[in-house]
Amino acid sequence: MDYLLSEEQKMIKDLAHRIAEEKIRPQAAKYDQSEEYPWEVIKVIAESDLFGLFVPQEYGGMGTSVLNLCLATEEFSRACGGIAVCYAASALGTFPIVLFGNEEQKKKYLPDLAKGKVVAAFAITEPEAGSDASAIKTTAKKQGKHYILNGLKHFITNGGDAQTYVVIAMTDKTKGARGASAFIVEKGTPGFTFGKKEDKFGIRASSTRELIFTDCKVPEENLLVIEGLVFIVTMKTFDMSRPGVAAQALGIAQGALELAVKYAKERQQFGRSISSFQGIQWMLADMATEVEAARALVYSTARMVDAGVKDVAKESAMSKMYASDVAMKVAVDALQIFGGYGYMRDYPVEKYVRDAKITQIYEGTNQIQRNIIALQLIKEMAK
Amino acid sequence: MNIIVCIKQVPETTEVKINPETNTLIREGVKSIINPFDMYAIEEGVRLKEKFGGKTTVITMGPPQAEIALKEAISMGIDEGILICDKAFAGSDTWATSYTLSSAIKKIGQFDLILCGKQASDGDTAQVGPGISAHLDIPQVTYVKKIEEVRSNSLRVERMMEEGYEIIETPLPALLTVVKEINEPRIPSLKGMLRARSAKIITWTQKELDLEVTAIGLSGSPTQVVKIFTPPPRIGGQMLTGEPREIAEKLVDLLKQEVT
Repeated sequence: MDYLLSEEQKMIKDLAHRIAEEKIRPQAAKYDQSEEYPWEVIKVIAESDLFGLFVPQEYGGMGTSVLNLCLATEEFSRACGGIAVCYAASALGTFPIVLFGNEEQKKKYLPDLAKGKVVAAFAITEPEAGSDASAIKTTAKKQGKHYILNGLKHFITNGGDAQTYVVIAMTDKTKGARGASAFIVEKGTPGFTFGKKEDKFGIRASSTRELIFTDCKVPEENLLVIEGLVFIVTMKTFDMSRPGVAAQALGIAQGALELAVKYAKERQQFGRSISSFQGIQWMLADMATEVEAARALVYSTARMVDAGVKDVAKESAMSKMYASDVAMKVAVDALQIFGGYGYMRDYPVEKYVRDAKITQIYEGTNQIQRNIIALQLIKEMAK
Repeated sequence: MNIIVCIKQVPETTEVKINPETNTLIREGVKSIINPFDMYAIEEGVRLKEKFGGKTTVITMGPPQAEIALKEAISMGIDEGILICDKAFAGSDTWATSYTLSSAIKKIGQFDLILCGKQASDGDTAQVGPGISAHLDIPQVTYVKKIEEVRSNSLRVERMMEEGYEIIETPLPALLTVVKEINEPRIPSLKGMLRARSAKIITWTQKELDLEVTAIGLSGSPTQVVKIFTPPPRIGGQMLTGEPREIAEKLVDLLKQEVT
């Protein structure tokens, strides 16, 4: 399908495609096994300017465009969902600064993030605060010109490897979710250490780690906007980043589909290639159609965000939920087409199943996405 | 340090098809790329510029669509591209090509170093680089795998040999042809690609280079291609089956027949 991309968008897609094929795909299995952070690949992406896709030009970026970010993320994910999420998670950690940072904060943090010299992370999740963000226990107490942070964040993507963290902490417990605030915390700040590194089912090239704050002194100028604005910060950030997660899922689905088509053509049974069997053909046809439908939804949502449409919560949730469900289904079907070989780790397809699963869970589970969609529908009806 | 990189656009496929009537390459329907060996020359030029400053210029002789190759070089960090393009240059052999390129280099003027790939993947002659240096009367070092040291007036390089390598010092200006061991060509950056898109390519024709028609193109080429042909494919071998003893006997019989 032709999405009528501009010349620049095609350029971004082609560039990301080339990086994916030449630098990511050959390394995917290695990083999946070793669980090392793929710095070597991150450096290549950094040199290509693609970290600049989520930073405005005045801070050394290429201008913020969610569609451009989606195009790059999709291409990277086609080759490896794990390496792609290292990239996309940096965008997630950068968005709050782009959206809500003041001039000094932007000048201080964005240029290095745009160049990919450092990566960012967004830290909201805690052991007892996953989907329920109001249960956050990490506290930030004002003391003179500082905030003192105490608490534990876990499942933080890019944790330990990122330099710049946007951390959500309670400044006023009595107000629940509306008593939380966002802080920029740099790696190396005294009192800020890293805990357990998770051993994951998929996206193993990316690091997922605990962040530990023990009387961590953060300068007051690192507060994003004002106290208590977390609800807006996270909602707006997720509106921007959810199409990116959707694009990640889309890339995984596309990658799995391509593997399945190629294998079906090669694999001979009963004296002919299995792609000549209608049972396989129908599976491939359904997979391709669903991938295309997901792409249409993701790109349209990204274009809405870029056009400045105010309320994209519903579309953003739909694209994340649908693309990730498609990714899971397509990856499982691709493995089925590979038969017994697909179940073996010598073949690349089982990794797509493992990488796809997380996209249904993180950045808001697909159940939470459905809540958001339904709530919007009911609200719209009430108008 | 001012560097000139000479590149050639070649057909991507390794199975080059030849028109048997004209004895020239069939270019239709085949994607064109920068000669892979020239990519290393471009990369080395950009690296030297990044380290020592100066200007990098990429030149190519070819049809108008060779502009794409020049733009790709610019996207990798080369400053400027010059296309030497004229019907009068058609049919050039390596002598006429190196003569034409050296004339363009003279027109560019001041330079310290010329970089070329060791050979083109279509013609495989490895003659154009050395030819340029001969026409310009400057030293040449071929098959360079490493630039060890850059001094203000000279270079120290490692030259790849079949067994081991030579270390050679050469005064500047000089011409080097490089092998793939010298570096790993970069993937262009987005900023580089955007710059290349809007870059203006300079085109020089026979007139601008002020060259005699008899010295260029087909008439300036002492090499005349008499015939180019695709060697006939090897006829498949014969499989002998059976017990080892049987096979051995069959083989001996066959060899005997072959002799008589």
